[in-house]
Amino acid sequence: MEGRIVAKMVAVEMKSIYKSFGNLLANEDVNLSVKKGEVHAILGENGAGKSTLMNMLSGIYKPDKGEIFLRGERVSFSSPKDSIRHGIGMIHQHFKLIDVMSAKENVIIGQPSDFLLKGKDISKRIKDISDNYGLDVEPDKKVYEMSVGEKQTLEIIKVLYRGAEILIMDEPTAVLTPQEIKKLFRVIRNMKDKGCSIIIITHKLNEVMEISDRITVLRKGTSVNTVETSKAEIPSLIEMMVGKKVDLDIKRETYEGVTPLLAMDQVTVKDAEGKNALDSVSLVISNYEIIGVAGVAKSGQKELCEAIAGLIPIDKGRIFFEGDNIVGKTPRDIIRLGIRMGFIPEDRLGMGLVGNMDIVHNIVLKDYMSQKGIVLKRGPSVTKAAKIVEALDIKTPSIYTQVKKLSGGNIQKVLLGREIDSNPKVLITAYPVRGLDIGASYKIYDLLNEQKKKGVGILFVGEDLDVLMALCDRIAVLCHGKITGVVNPKNVTKEEIGLLMTGSTQVEEEVVS
Amino acid sequence: MNFLRLAKRDDLPKKTEWLIRAGAILLSLVFSGLILLLFKLNPIEVFKTIIIGSVGSEMRIHQTIIKSVPLIITSLGVLVAFKMKFWNIGGEGQILMGAFAASYVALFFPEMPRAMALILMIIAAVIGGGIWAFIPAFFKAKMGINETIFTLMMNYVAIKFVTFLQYQAWMDPNAKGFPRIAPFPEWALLPKLFGVHIGYIIAIILVVLVHLFIKYTKKGYEITVVGESIETARYAGMNINKIIVIAMLISGGLCGIAGMIQVSGVEKTLAVGISGGYGFTAIITAWLARLNAISALFVCIVFAMLLQGGAYIQVNLNVPSTVANVVQGTILFFVLGSEFFLQYRLIPAKRILKEGKEAA
Repeated sequence: MEGRIVAKMVAVEMKSIYKSFGNLLANEDVNLSVKKGEVHAILGENGAGKSTLMNMLSGIYKPDKGEIFLRGERVSFSSPKDSIRHGIGMIHQHFKLIDVMSAKENVIIGQPSDFLLKGKDISKRIKDISDNYGLDVEPDKKVYEMSVGEKQTLEIIKVLYRGAEILIMDEPTAVLTPQEIKKLFRVIRNMKDKGCSIIIITHKLNEVMEISDRITVLRKGTSVNTVETSKAEIPSLIEMMVGKKVDLDIKRETYEGVTPLLAMDQVTVKDAEGKNALDSVSLVISNYEIIGVAGVAKSGQKELCEAIAGLIPIDKGRIFFEGDNIVGKTPRDIIRLGIRMGFIPEDRLGMGLVGNMDIVHNIVLKDYMSQKGIVLKRGPSVTKAAKIVEALDIKTPSIYTQVKKLSGGNIQKVLLGREIDSNPKVLITAYPVRGLDIGASYKIYDLLNEQKKKGVGILFVGEDLDVLMALCDRIAVLCHGKITGVVNPKNVTKEEIGLLMTGSTQVEEEVVS
Repeated sequence: MNFLRLAKRDDLPKKTEWLIRAGAILLSLVFSGLILLLFKLNPIEVFKTIIIGSVGSEMRIHQTIIKSVPLIITSLGVLVAFKMKFWNIGGEGQILMGAFAASYVALFFPEMPRAMALILMIIAAVIGGGIWAFIPAFFKAKMGINETIFTLMMNYVAIKFVTFLQYQAWMDPNAKGFPRIAPFPEWALLPKLFGVHIGYIIAIILVVLVHLFIKYTKKGYEITVVGESIETARYAGMNINKIIVIAMLISGGLCGIAGMIQVSGVEKTLAVGISGGYGFTAIITAWLARLNAISALFVCIVFAMLLQGGAYIQVNLNVPSTVANVVQGTILFFVLGSEFFLQYRLIPAKRILKEGKEAA
């Protein structure tokens, strides 16, 4: 009798789950048990198998082996629809909404309905759900008019409308400002009080500690442990994630002789639709300094980097480098001046490296232009490749290994190593730790700090506010292509930066001394 | 599919690679043999006749070489564009426009020494084919217009243009109303070496040049990078539009040379039929050669043997040449199919679990 009561308390039970893709074993003997009315965090580094596990729970994949129980009953999903019917709702990191439709239309899409849509009824149900959980969305607002936070709210309503009692959220805070995160956490607590179970996939430890009741840690495809949050401590969680102790201190030294190197003066860039992607941006990059760029995704970070590198036409404004206006120079000329950029896109390879080529030929990419004649000389790049591999401790079978066969961290080291090797004066790096595990991220921060020590002016476009605040000397905050403030991370709080990210406040123009 | 899984191969030993290829060819022969049996033909005899028909006598060897030359050169042209992932389907048109430009020199220029005439004709052909490829390349670079459709349509413009020349503008008044263009003067014809026009020497030289160009020059490297990742090329500061245009000029120029050789060495005048589908067949051969110039040479020779042998069985065995097409198609199917197995392998799901565990 007691066993059955326990079973009812457990919302989800995944037992000894195996899943492989080709040769890769993504999940191996993973166990997970989520109680009714609890917030359960799944913690793990990239590639630990978090998403795979959740995709099996939401019916996207089928496990090779293992059992899934819902409220004590064994289930087997053949499709996401199946899993939705069982009350599971997944909120993906990249929203699955249709831009041109209203909130209401997005909610009912794909739902069985009467021939004629009873708009009022639907609106009422959406309103009920919103009131019930403290969500806040206008049913008739179009998705393209919504902020990221609103879109996420809509995604939550969408799964609740479909009757979800178990919600899976994949990196829900990745795209939100600190204020929006607070709001989201309030909603999560409301849902929990109403008896929902919420599974959060994340690698942000502070948030895990704040919101979750229990934590399951995955490492290399297996579940390491499940702990009560109240009894857990961050260092021990990291140890479980990484498998060893990691020093989590980001160093920030201050040097003498900080002088401006590159100055953007009222730079405006238009996007394909003629809107301002960058709106009169003025920013100074100085030597012996790392200047961070914070902002909600797609606030103009990419345009900022590309404008400096000469990759997009500049509508208005000037960019001075060592006294000369470099607007209108070709990307090649700008590279020659000593301005180097490494932009890590979401697929990691697309914007700086050629995956199918080996390390040597990827080094050639920035070398060959200065060669005379028509023949490609590989010799110098071979030496350089060997040097970079050794200096940055890149793990590769040889310098003739295709870059795409390396791990993410090593790929990023090749890219950064190539840019650093040319002794740049200005180094622009965007998302250099994207997708990296903790150990590799810290190596990249060390590399940047070394460059700073050499006097390089570094522009660091980042995602993680905690890292930006620990690493950078100054932080410029972008919002809709405008710089809403340049702040000293020692004197501000995360919340203040958050307000700048949404443009709710503005700091007076920074005075360049 | 739960018990069989696809797995990407990481590093395939060269030996296995060739074993798989050889296996594919063997399988294709067995399979096309079965099809031939269905037609109540003796497969061994058909295969034998194809080989005899393509290399069985000096004259047939000459014919095979003559067929392989335009195929090789057009494949080289197509390959340069494909290396950049620019889908040049316009080989036919570029061949014809190259042939047209070369014919203009042959028909309307005053008599000149043969060497000079041939060099001038080659230059004209490169320009003719090059311009025909430049037009879609320009629109692709400037406006992002889809090159596949554009190059394809350019073929028809070229075909109709040459038809117009043949049937009207350049029609030979001495041909007694027969729609044909006057034959080239002697000084505009390719000389013969060992009984075959020297087009094959040009082809071999071009194979080496294209190979060196792609592997060892800066432009060749740029073309490869653009093909692999446009964004990376952009971030490296390459002028992508310029690279697209240059690569297409080379691609079209090579196809143009193929056209020049056809008119000067084979037809001895301009005719609509000279492109003979080589512009399309070259797409297949370039792919089969995995966009490698040296391999393209051999693939094209084998292909020409099939073409020549196919024509021969029609006469010799009194069967339609479509039988040869069936053999050709089956071989293609298996060889192209084997590319899949070069990149993936099928393994039982249970073994994956075990292997994975060992790896972990």
